[in-house]
Amino acid sequence: MRLLSILDPLTRPILLLLVTVVDRVLTPIQRRIGIDKMGYFFVLPNLLIFGIFVLFPMLLNFYYAMTGGTKLFPEDRPFIGLGNFDNLFDCGDFLSPNSCQEDLFWRGIFNTIQFVIFQVSGIVLFSLITALVLNRKIVARGFFRSVFFYPVLLSPVVVALIWKWVLQHEGVLNAIVEIFGGESTRWLLDPNWALFWVVFVSVWALMGFYTLILLAGLQSIPPELYEASSIDGANNWQDFRFVTMPLLMPTMFVVLVLALIRAVQMFDQIYVLTGGGPGTRTQLLVQYIYTTGFASQIQLFGLSAAASMVLGITLLILTLLQLRLGNQSSLA
Amino acid sequence: MRKILALLVILTLLISALPGLSQDMVELRIRWYNDGNEGEVLRDLLDRYEMENPGISIEIDTVPYSAILENLPLDLAAGEGPDMARVTDLGGLAEYYLDMTPYLSDPAYWEDNFGPFLNWKRLPGDMSSIPGFMTQLTITGPFINRTLFEQAGVDVPSDMSDQVTWDEWAAASVAVAEALEIPYPMAMDRSGHRFAGPAISSGAMYFDDMGHPTVMDEGFRDMAERFVNWHLDGTMHPEMWPLSEGYAGANEEFANAELVFYMSGSWQVGQFSEQIGDAFDWQTVPNPCGPGGCTGMPGGAALVGIASTEHPEEVAAVMEYLASQEVLGEFAARTLFIPAHAGLSASGVDFDTDLQLAKDSLGVFVGQVGTLEQTAFDLQAYGNNRTVFNASRDRLTQAMVGELTLDEAIARIQDDIDTALAEQG
Repeated sequence: MRLLSILDPLTRPILLLLVTVVDRVLTPIQRRIGIDKMGYFFVLPNLLIFGIFVLFPMLLNFYYAMTGGTKLFPEDRPFIGLGNFDNLFDCGDFLSPNSCQEDLFWRGIFNTIQFVIFQVSGIVLFSLITALVLNRKIVARGFFRSVFFYPVLLSPVVVALIWKWVLQHEGVLNAIVEIFGGESTRWLLDPNWALFWVVFVSVWALMGFYTLILLAGLQSIPPELYEASSIDGANNWQDFRFVTMPLLMPTMFVVLVLALIRAVQMFDQIYVLTGGGPGTRTQLLVQYIYTTGFASQIQLFGLSAAASMVLGITLLILTLLQLRLGNQSSLA
Repeated sequence: MRKILALLVILTLLISALPGLSQDMVELRIRWYNDGNEGEVLRDLLDRYEMENPGISIEIDTVPYSAILENLPLDLAAGEGPDMARVTDLGGLAEYYLDMTPYLSDPAYWEDNFGPFLNWKRLPGDMSSIPGFMTQLTITGPFINRTLFEQAGVDVPSDMSDQVTWDEWAAASVAVAEALEIPYPMAMDRSGHRFAGPAISSGAMYFDDMGHPTVMDEGFRDMAERFVNWHLDGTMHPEMWPLSEGYAGANEEFANAELVFYMSGSWQVGQFSEQIGDAFDWQTVPNPCGPGGCTGMPGGAALVGIASTEHPEEVAAVMEYLASQEVLGEFAARTLFIPAHAGLSASGVDFDTDLQLAKDSLGVFVGQVGTLEQTAFDLQAYGNNRTVFNASRDRLTQAMVGELTLDEAIARIQDDIDTALAEQG
């Protein structure tokens, strides 16, 4: 308060100047287009950014998906209609990637589905447990909240490098296993272990962010409700089942949607940790898109764009489905 | 007050004159990657050039090798490339190179000294353009840790025979690793280019009668089968190929004496001289033999001018300086690179190292040039060779981890090549 009173003589003239300038600029515009349309004026900068950096690339991607050849510029590329999609969906048996023309695309899809199911479930479950624990009055609560959030601050590449060092054959984990008399394992070379560790590392790295969201959701639940349920004789489980979960559900859906989108987009962390291996066991769809479009000598931009459209549409459907379910759940 | 005003006027005049000065200065950019100390050597050579040519400033943009392979082609396609670049996809990027012929004071010098390698950087049908010069000629071949052989009491196969097979090397390396509990008997760079030498030695032809790339022959299958099995039984470093995306090397393992036999190439000599020195006896041995010969793969990196440059004359002038026999000789001597220059090959290079191991190693690599098969040269000169190499690398990796059978993997390699070439038109 004292600081504000000191600053007031300094800030007041600046604020007045700002208000005057803004008023001089906006008043004529408002007179010209009317107060009803001023909202459009205010969102225009954001719309421009969205149009240039999101909408235009999306439309361009759509066009690339309909073209073939290896040239970079759209005008040099022959229009082939749905040819790239035909290639992607040319399969003898959709459940057997080896029977598909673009087998790596289907391996990417199946790997992505498995990764998303395990990773999103893991994130939701462990974030919820962590948030519930951190919401209680435990010793050094602030410290633990920081500890769980800390991995979120690390770059995905750093996270992957740290865990690669832990999981490599001569790494820390095997050293610990050997101390306890176990045999060292090539954790990232076994296909099932590789998938497990890829999921584990990403849950570890991202969990703090979702824990924070759930923690905010938990703290917004009025304590009177717990007092009332306590008077009714509810135990801890009944508190959780009939008070916490219903009121936390909207936040849970936010977490679910965000985690799902993030999981489908996962690339950098896995790329550094396993390179998509062993073989293609942890190669997700995004890596297929990148490799096809950019890391090959003959770069197949059209095929890559078509695959990214399939990914985008799938993601859109999933998100809409989740939002619909979320709305139904809120109404119920 | 007057003094301050006068000072301000002088300062203003000086500042306004600066853009005029900078307009006369030509700035050239080189996109570069390093295997060893060559970036430092290049900077030193360019500093001297800039001293003698004050109107030209040359910036070296050092990037990871992967950026040369993946980002540079996109920049070039978009017309956003540098003025010069160090490339290894020599034929694949040929459409973007600057033909320096009109700007060179003595084009004949380039034909005389770089002639055999200029074709590697030309588009099919082009017999005359001069796009740049090889910064080094590379030969793929194996390194061994001789000290480990001695400690294990295992004879080095190449001491007993001039023509050692891959199987003999594998058996000896496994024997050394088992005797000393070394984790990795053998390793090969994760690269289809590195695999091609052994495959050709096994009889792979890589091209059919029509000149179309093919891997559908017994020679390729024979080496591929051997290679996949070595990964399954632990003869080869089991993680390097299956757990990587793109190129991967085993430099660290070799330098840490965790590896007995390392199939890589001559560009490693400088790095091993720095990293290993004489901590143990490392040695280059001749390429192992098979029914198709005892060949490695030629290759190398080239410094090329980029056609989109706004300063072709200056680019050509810098290139002439760097490609001159004296400067290129110094570059080769200080980097321990094998020069791809007829004059230097004839006169020899006095490599700037006291390390006998490095000199011997370079000597073996130079001696290997004569043993390279014609197929190896043809494959290196083929503009789309990376499509063949990358498909071989990725599909064989899938066979190693059981995602594909060997025959499925070979069929997929062929399919990948055919699809990409058809798309290219």
